[in-house]
Amino acid sequence: MTIHTIVAIVEDHPGVLNRISSILRRLSVNIESVTSGPTGVPSLIRVTIVVSGPALAVDQARKQLAKMIEVVKVSDISGEDMMARELALIKVKTTRQNRSEIMQVVEVTKAGIVDVSPDSITVEVTGDTNRVNSIITLLQAFDIREIARTGRVAITRGTAGVLQLEEAAPVKKPKRSQRAPAEK
Amino acid sequence: MKLSGARILCESLVREGVEVIFGLPGGAVIPLYDVLPEFPQLRHILVRHEQGAAHAADGYARATGRAGVCLATSGPGATNLVTGIAAAHLDSSPVVAITGQVTRSYIGKDAFQEIDITGITLPITKHNYLVHDTSRLGSIVKEAFYIAQTGRPGPVLIDIPRDVLVEEATFIYPDKVSLPGYKPVVEGHPEQIRKAAKLVNEAVRPVIIAGRGIILSKAFAELRELAEKAQIPVITTLLGIGCFPESHVLSFGMIGMHGMAYANLAVDAADLIIALGMRFDDRATAKVSAFASHARIIHVDVDPAEIGKNVRVDIPIVGDVRSVLQNLNQQVAVQQHVEWLRQVEEWRQLHPLTVIRDCDSVLPQFVIRKIYEATGGNAIIVTGVGQHQMWAAQHFWYDKPNSFITSGGLGAMGFELPAAMGAKVGCPGETVWCIAGDGGFQMTIQELATLVQDKIAVKIAVINNGYLGMVRQWQELFHRRNYVGTQLSCPDFVKLAEAYGIPGIRVTDKVMVLPAIQQAMAYPGPFLVDFVVEPEENVYPMVPPGATFLDIIEEPQRELELTVGPREVSNL
Repeated sequence: MTIHTIVAIVEDHPGVLNRISSILRRLSVNIESVTSGPTGVPSLIRVTIVVSGPALAVDQARKQLAKMIEVVKVSDISGEDMMARELALIKVKTTRQNRSEIMQVVEVTKAGIVDVSPDSITVEVTGDTNRVNSIITLLQAFDIREIARTGRVAITRGTAGVLQLEEAAPVKKPKRSQRAPAEK
Repeated sequence: MKLSGARILCESLVREGVEVIFGLPGGAVIPLYDVLPEFPQLRHILVRHEQGAAHAADGYARATGRAGVCLATSGPGATNLVTGIAAAHLDSSPVVAITGQVTRSYIGKDAFQEIDITGITLPITKHNYLVHDTSRLGSIVKEAFYIAQTGRPGPVLIDIPRDVLVEEATFIYPDKVSLPGYKPVVEGHPEQIRKAAKLVNEAVRPVIIAGRGIILSKAFAELRELAEKAQIPVITTLLGIGCFPESHVLSFGMIGMHGMAYANLAVDAADLIIALGMRFDDRATAKVSAFASHARIIHVDVDPAEIGKNVRVDIPIVGDVRSVLQNLNQQVAVQQHVEWLRQVEEWRQLHPLTVIRDCDSVLPQFVIRKIYEATGGNAIIVTGVGQHQMWAAQHFWYDKPNSFITSGGLGAMGFELPAAMGAKVGCPGETVWCIAGDGGFQMTIQELATLVQDKIAVKIAVINNGYLGMVRQWQELFHRRNYVGTQLSCPDFVKLAEAYGIPGIRVTDKVMVLPAIQQAMAYPGPFLVDFVVEPEENVYPMVPPGATFLDIIEEPQRELELTVGPREVSNL
């Protein structure tokens, strides 16, 4: 059972996410989180899926995703050097006694306070998975009321990447001889 | 020019070269049917169940190599297509299914005859569309046909709301499709091909396993060149039958659960497997861990997801098999494998498949053999699923591509009659025999009416044993003859055919078999022959489930007729 980060660049059509999750469901690959958002190219969105499952099943899932007509490119970037970020909003109940202690924890960890009320504060944390997990653990010493976490977005280090924005063309066209005839 | 969606659809179909649509109307598609007469190039054949339309489109596609089209209304019409679409999906058939849908503003509100068919068919279509915008309809049709017929072919569904059919829009039929996410690879990687050629030139006991990919790619000449140049035995999968002439001296039959023993032994002993357009399905490989354990494997397939899916592969080559072979053949040396071929031929002599014992009752294998004799091998054989399907694969020699049409991947009973209908419509000059099991035949029997209304001259051979034969065989061999739910009562098929307007005869006697077949073929129209056969006959050889090729069960020793192959037929 391994955790993989898969990045898919897909056409912005209704139902695309449904197709993707259907393929993963069929192969019994578990979705830990999904994040999707714009790429900078108007018709394409970037979907980052953190999955867990046997390595063979995840590899087969990646190949099946690549077959999807609306998937322009898909990569399993787990093995590569990547920068990953998540965000969490944590609502902590405060008392007069522990309020300043909680705020100290937030300050020391360089998290942020985004909401204050007489008996609660909401903390915002961004960072890689480990950082977010460890700050939540610290705050579990207090009375956490609610946590809202995003999935992961990830980008590889250096200039190479899954989707490179080169002028207006998002992906390199394959060489002429290798392309199946599109014209009829 | 502004046209209604219905006319845009028809114009687009004409531009795609569509000549026939198998369909059944309903409320959501009346606007389409209303304009059909304006397009005489589009022949509509009214089926009696939408499953028949889907299988007919599939049979048409397999016989002609072109996309088959089926049409159904919304709701139940669409859901009735599902089995047929799944069958096309699993066997990689180019089928375009068009379904009606309720008016756009009613979608998602559980309206009358509304169903989320795009959701239902997500896993069984190569791609599908729900048309929201009439002006996109032309492009969608073009894309659909392109996707269905290229790369690894497969079914594509287009769901069209009723108001889209009525609404008018400017008709633009694009010259090109723009699918940034779909670029099928044609040419194989040259380095991989070079490595493969090296292995082929070094192999001592090579075997080619050829599948449906050869037929889809039309790589017949290239396959033949490879086999003859390097003197390599050619074995096919069930779906690959016909890709290499079975009368050829290098043809060594079919692999798999009910394949020929000598084919399975050859694959087991091989030191190199050249897998061309086949996907190592579990029926073909038997126990995967024991499959070709002495061999290295070269796998050529247009679908990258198939490579390494079931079996570890030494040289994967993604590409169109015809293109890859053209390259590969140039690098393969002229060779002999005298010793190896002698060994495989010896296995063929020691483990003959084609044994039909002498007995008084009508044996199903005998019926197949007589159909071969009467047609001279010149026919398209379309089968259902089960024992009769296996016998049809084993006891008929297929020399031409697209001459054996069967539901392999899905194994859908009821495929036989509508698919035979589609094949005959696509190839009117060919003799088409529908080999039906008595069980499967009853599932889509209503299409007999279509044969009559549209004058489709399919010849039907019902292999009537009063059982769901293949299940009964498993119950006999593995469940102590516990025949539960397999004894099948049938109507009088001859009377039933006559009620539909199709002449028929019943055969209960061995001497009547050949004359009945000849009578059927001489009749200028659809004809049914009800062959009442030996009820508890088993398909041999058989590799039991979970076993390896070496555990093959062959025909129990009985009075044996000598092997008769196509090369010796003239001596009969």
